[in-house]
Amino acid sequence: MDISFEQRMQEAAQLPRIYFDHAATTAPRPEVIQVVMSVLQDFYGNPSSFYKEGHKAARILEESRALIANGLHVLPEEIFFTSCGTEADNWAIKGVAHARQGKGRHLITSKIEHHAVLHTMEALEKEGFEVTYLDVDETGLVDPEAVRQAIRPDTILVSIIMANNEIGTIQPIQEIGQVCDDAHVLFHSDAVQALGAVPVHPHDLKCDLMSFSGHKLYAPKGIGVLYKRKGLRIERLMDGGAQERRQRGGTENVAYAAALSKAFQLALETLDEEAQRQTRLRDRLIKGVIERVPHTKLNGHSVRRLPNNANFSFEFIEGESILLLLDTLGYACSSGSACTSASLDPSHVLLGIGMPAEIAHGSLRLSIGRETMDQDIDRFLVDIPLVIHRLREMSPLYDDYVKGKLSCLIPPEGGIDVKITGSYGL
Amino acid sequence: MEYSEKVLDHFMHPRNMGEISDATASGTVGNPICGDIMKMDLKIENNIIIDAKFKTFGCGSAIATSSMATELIIGKTTDEALDITNRAVAEALDGLPKVKMHCSVLAEQAVKKALEAYYLENDMMTPERQERFSILGKDEHSHTDLHGEEKS
Repeated sequence: MDISFEQRMQEAAQLPRIYFDHAATTAPRPEVIQVVMSVLQDFYGNPSSFYKEGHKAARILEESRALIANGLHVLPEEIFFTSCGTEADNWAIKGVAHARQGKGRHLITSKIEHHAVLHTMEALEKEGFEVTYLDVDETGLVDPEAVRQAIRPDTILVSIIMANNEIGTIQPIQEIGQVCDDAHVLFHSDAVQALGAVPVHPHDLKCDLMSFSGHKLYAPKGIGVLYKRKGLRIERLMDGGAQERRQRGGTENVAYAAALSKAFQLALETLDEEAQRQTRLRDRLIKGVIERVPHTKLNGHSVRRLPNNANFSFEFIEGESILLLLDTLGYACSSGSACTSASLDPSHVLLGIGMPAEIAHGSLRLSIGRETMDQDIDRFLVDIPLVIHRLREMSPLYDDYVKGKLSCLIPPEGGIDVKITGSYGL
Repeated sequence: MEYSEKVLDHFMHPRNMGEISDATASGTVGNPICGDIMKMDLKIENNIIIDAKFKTFGCGSAIATSSMATELIIGKTTDEALDITNRAVAEALDGLPKVKMHCSVLAEQAVKKALEAYYLENDMMTPERQERFSILGKDEHSHTDLHGEEKS
């Protein structure tokens, strides 16, 4: 190899860092920060107060709500501000469960949901609710027909993530929504990763409830939204004052609501062109990585995927090591390996798409964003083979493979549609 | 979760990474399903470890603890090397995050696995020494056992 890792590490010190973790969070846009500053400075009143400062703040809040509703093609009274996407998920699921338990105590979700949904479901199981966790195929897709078959007379809610946060697979939400509609079962979707990346219209998608978060689309952390179809009654999660049409107590975070509204407007202005641009960059990245690094596969669906998401498995090595080396070369990325979590189990999403644990440990998620350029992809494509090569040289598994003692699970040429069957059986 | 400077140093510049073609004894521990495997090769002369090399599949701390373990045992007698515990490896690295302590257990196990092979092969295993290998029977991934209290 012509260029060494050490050489690239020295060069990286002089180069700007590259942020490839937009699925984790995004940097607030300058226009959004401007909105936050101006609301905090000039409209600090409590929207519930009965004097001018309060009225002004209330007006900003309602304008923000109306703009978000407009962008989602829904009514302002269907938009409820929350503290984050996790709260919106908790509220939607627990709120339906507790309001409808007279009708039934069965819920349906998938095995590859975000923890905000999965752990909420587990909490409900402890209360005596019954939950069906649907399998997905090897690309991460939920089959709407499987949803239809899982629905029982006592089913009260189906919750399916719109776009997966790890592998980027976009679900057939509208088809699933139709199945739920036909069966008169409520349908919730966590659309945290989808908002600002692809068109999201809850009415068209036949969703009764949908969760969103600000910080995935260049607004600050600490603000989320629950869309709730007009007329649908669910239990409160936050008891308190009469805010949010008496359905969510707590003084409203006006500045951040305005920030989310602004960020959403900005995203919508360039939604199509940005989605196309990022899809092109993403596909360059996917093709380039698989071409340059042997024994590498793409995880998730090759077409039905978020424009900004690439997720790879590199055989014979472990994900956290990849992250550490990439960090020293100037990249911020993420992995589904056990070692990047507090538990020792690899990502439930990767296991959920049928990946053996030994391959799931070697995953890397790259999520690009607005500021990602072709030159960032070019630079990464020089560095990633160096990183993977360096770790494989240390790996006893790779050693065994080279010496013919172990068969590989991902063929040398790798690919975007490689199916893994079996495991090492060690 | 952040690593100490020393862990990062051993991860970025691993000592004694590789293999010994004419190793006196070798030990491999761990499991790819759990995400870490360590292979330890030892060159032993007159009961002194004159060289040690490792290969590791695993996270940053797995690689760093393997590297540190080789540094701690080279030059020691085999019996002295038996005294090196996982805590000693972790301390030599200025500590490990709690969830990573199992990596140091793996490092201790890798050394002991190789030493066990050495004693058995040379008919030197005594009941006294045998006791020192009890850690090999423990599953470093049985979360309730060695580091169960550290799971949050």
